[in-house]
Amino acid sequence: MAFVALGQGSAGSATPTKTSRVAFILLAPGLIYLGLFFLTPLVSLIITSLKVSSPTGEIGMYDFGFELGNYAYAIGQYLPQILRSFTYAIIATVMALMISYPIAYFIGVKARNKPLLQAMLLTLVIAPFFISFLLRTFAWKQIFSNDSPVTNFLHTIGLLAPDQYVIGTPFAVVFGLTYNFIPFMTLPIYTSLERLDIRLLEAGSDLYATPAKTFWKVTFPLSLPGVISGTLLTFIPISGDYVNASRDFLGGSDTAMIGNVVEANFFRIQDYPTASALSVMLMAAIVVLVSMYVRKSGTEDLL
Amino acid sequence: MKQGLPQDPMMRQLVLMARHNMTRRAALAGLGGTAAALSLASCAPAGESALTPAADLSDSEKVLTWHNWPLYMDEDDNGNYPTLDRFQAETGIAVDYLLEIDDNDTWYAKVKDQLALGQDIGADVASPTSWLVDRMIGLGYLQKMDDANMPNKVANLAPAYLGNANDPDRTLSVPYQGILGGIAYHKAAFKEATGKDAPTSVNDLWLPELKGRVGLLSEMRDTVGLVLMAQGIDIASADSLTEDAFNAAVEFIAAQVSSGQVFNIKGNSYAEDLKNGNIIAATAWSGDITIINFETESEDFGFVIPEEGATISADAFVIPMGAQHKKNAEALINYYYDPVNAAELAAWVNYVTPVVGAKEVLMETDPDLANNPLIFPDAELLSKTHSFRALTGQEEQRFATAWQNVLLGA
Repeated sequence: MAFVALGQGSAGSATPTKTSRVAFILLAPGLIYLGLFFLTPLVSLIITSLKVSSPTGEIGMYDFGFELGNYAYAIGQYLPQILRSFTYAIIATVMALMISYPIAYFIGVKARNKPLLQAMLLTLVIAPFFISFLLRTFAWKQIFSNDSPVTNFLHTIGLLAPDQYVIGTPFAVVFGLTYNFIPFMTLPIYTSLERLDIRLLEAGSDLYATPAKTFWKVTFPLSLPGVISGTLLTFIPISGDYVNASRDFLGGSDTAMIGNVVEANFFRIQDYPTASALSVMLMAAIVVLVSMYVRKSGTEDLL
Repeated sequence: MKQGLPQDPMMRQLVLMARHNMTRRAALAGLGGTAAALSLASCAPAGESALTPAADLSDSEKVLTWHNWPLYMDEDDNGNYPTLDRFQAETGIAVDYLLEIDDNDTWYAKVKDQLALGQDIGADVASPTSWLVDRMIGLGYLQKMDDANMPNKVANLAPAYLGNANDPDRTLSVPYQGILGGIAYHKAAFKEATGKDAPTSVNDLWLPELKGRVGLLSEMRDTVGLVLMAQGIDIASADSLTEDAFNAAVEFIAAQVSSGQVFNIKGNSYAEDLKNGNIIAATAWSGDITIINFETESEDFGFVIPEEGATISADAFVIPMGAQHKKNAEALINYYYDPVNAAELAAWVNYVTPVVGAKEVLMETDPDLANNPLIFPDAELLSKTHSFRALTGQEEQRFATAWQNVLLGA
């Protein structure tokens, strides 16, 4: 929704013409799609989040109501998981950025004159998409399992105490989140660096700027659109991710994120109002955080 | 109304359990207007109009879809299911056997909306656990079966399973297997870690040497039930198993989880953690251990009944209102109530079999198995087994929420 609001500025400057009818026809499929597949579930979610327990007391039965208390209950009950989600999301996004930027820079700038190398490296970045991320996460679960060579090695060199293990720890979850979302960070940064005019860098050094200064004054600002869309493409899905932190994958008993709480409330205890309230709040929190972030970085027009 | 108790100790125990259920329900109804209304409401179907069974297409369509648990069917080296294959050959009914139930809650959450509307849930027959079956009966989600199509069931169903308040003659739900909840462990790893040959009590799971290597079942009634019994609570009694006692046990487990003692809390997939060495001991279901040993081609894993007691429950065949192949499902149930087939199944799944005569069949082919108390429990073992008491809808909601919060690690 933030994107819609932010987009209005530029869209409003175009004056309507007699082609508006055509425009409307062209827009119609998109509008119908949004109405059906975004607004309908959203409204249904908000209605569910306000429901009250059925007087029969049967599990999973709820009546229509206007129970704002569901929101207070959800926050009171699940604040640790809410905070944990955003903490994990921020850490994983920063990690992904720090890993992705050099890769993207190398592929987009340094490897520019070697098309074969560039294509091969890009393939390496994209290749993981060829396998379902569930399977890849499951593979990491095997790699990090308690009796695996990796874990045994970590025990041998003393990095892990004998009663410490990798699976089920916050480290494993953040690792999984970072790993799974790196391509979403690398590709947008690569696309903006790919267009970077090398002559600007040469101009920088001609004017006696150090390489670091050239980077921060020229390269980085020019790649900012990629960085911004990369961070959004990773931060938003990571906040709501429930696979990596799930106990069936890399998570443990103390790593549940909002997605896991929503899943448990929906599928295990059939507490639909609480699950819906959490979903609505997650969405609202992301909209607020993202619009603050976009404003702060002064890049409204870049989106 | 009271009848004499049967001689057979297992039956005696099970009859007592069934009676206990009945008296509790009767007491609830007697509490007055609200309670009566409440129990009425829980018996009446949820919607305005009662659900009706879907038209039975069994005569024209020789197909059947079955939702069952993993590790719950005899299997040969090639991954075929011999008894199920023979059923298909004998009857010409093609069975789509799906391992859809990993956990009662998650399975129910997936199918409950179709159940409530009386629509096809994608299964003609399913085998969830008794407490969930009770809920489904109360909500009017299940078709009544025709005993005339199941002569073996009429002849061979252990009488102890009759007389349930919701389903006295077992026409809404037919037991598939009885389940004991106890402790599974890796023999060598347990010995190496603790110096003991085998766990004897649920409290052995909290030994510091096992830190981070303990698994728990996500099934509330089994895991919390075992812990409650270790704390001296009678889980079958409403006086002993109060909400305070339940919450205390849940808090105790939560402390074990946050201290890192517990590695993970899972459904049937705990078997994977045992196999790949993530955990050394776990609360577990009695029959799984045979298949875990079979799959790892070893005798590495063992199962014990804790000295404080084990939980007992049963999974039962049910036919949802929307199922279109009731007669085919009845044929399947009838088939598994033939003592020969039941014995073959029991020899593999190693759960408590509800079929009378299976023990005699096994006695001839495999006396060791026939004398295995985990399949045919003796009096001594049965005296240690208890089933989790019935919960009201609101209790269920509160208990389940408290338990779920442990799983989410608040």
